[in-house]
Amino acid sequence: MTLLARRPRVAVAVFPGTWSERDFAHVATEVLGWDARLVWHAEDDLGACDAVVLPGGFAHGDYLRTGAVARFSPVMRAVAAFAAAGGPVIGSCNGFQILTEAGMLPGALMRNDHLEFRCDWQTLRVEHPDASEAWLGDLADGELIDLPISHGEGRYVADAATLDQLEAERRVVLRYADAAGRITGDANPNGSERGIAGIVNEAGNVLGLMPHPERASESEVGGTDGLRLFRSLERWLQARPAAAERRL
Amino acid sequence: MHWLAEVHVSLRSGIADPEGQTIGSALRSLGYDSVSEVRSGKLMRISFEADDSAAAEAAVAEMCGRLLANPVMETATWELRADEQQDPELVVP
Repeated sequence: MTLLARRPRVAVAVFPGTWSERDFAHVATEVLGWDARLVWHAEDDLGACDAVVLPGGFAHGDYLRTGAVARFSPVMRAVAAFAAAGGPVIGSCNGFQILTEAGMLPGALMRNDHLEFRCDWQTLRVEHPDASEAWLGDLADGELIDLPISHGEGRYVADAATLDQLEAERRVVLRYADAAGRITGDANPNGSERGIAGIVNEAGNVLGLMPHPERASESEVGGTDGLRLFRSLERWLQARPAAAERRL
Repeated sequence: MHWLAEVHVSLRSGIADPEGQTIGSALRSLGYDSVSEVRSGKLMRISFEADDSAAAEAAVAEMCGRLLANPVMETATWELRADEQQDPELVVP
């Protein structure tokens, strides 16, 4: 097997009000040894990259609805094209909200049912990691991971038909769980339908999740479960060097 | 012609509205025991130009569809009128 003969390159989109872009870039460059480029939202070219990150924050002030204005930023045309070509895209927190508003993932994220902002460590149950080999290839079905959450609008909603379809297509990949792995109301930090914390698109290359993997990528900050998503991506890229070069 | 649209964006029925519920409990705690439900929403006043009422109507519908409401959880309704205060031709001397 030929390996990717270079470091992975990640493009991190930055909207006015984004706040997690430097954390993602730090993990990419300092922890993983990748190349990272911050891409301002007004740019319509991502540059040569192997993956795209839509980080957390409050893009465009979250005015109107979270992600509603960001979806029209020029960079999103490039992100949509990159995803359509099979490129791996991860949207965390505000990035997940932007992906739903842009129609790249179904459903919507609404105000937490208790109206409070929640910033805490959260246990998540991994489901169907094979649905997104690029982002979850190193994780096991049913295993529990701990990632920080930090949001006021993370309540995942969709109509019953959409939720049923997501489940049938094995596209619900992360759910809020208690320490024993049970999906209960008490373990659900925001009132999300069916405890949904993360979903993928049909092809599995686009992952949206409310938790912050970039904030759990060094033991110094309390945990490294988030790093496993990036290690999954690295392994996925390494196994497909020709495809990775073609996307550049 | 100048037009003024008042666009109301509301949550679809069946979508939980914790903000409306909180306002409802606040009203009941103030003694308004008869309040059975509060649904929250948004009001946007949009001033714009269009040739005639059909064009104005179509423009507002498009604005709602593309940006102002997310059909996953919201619906939009609007009232549209010629904005006489901004249109000198329509001001009666």
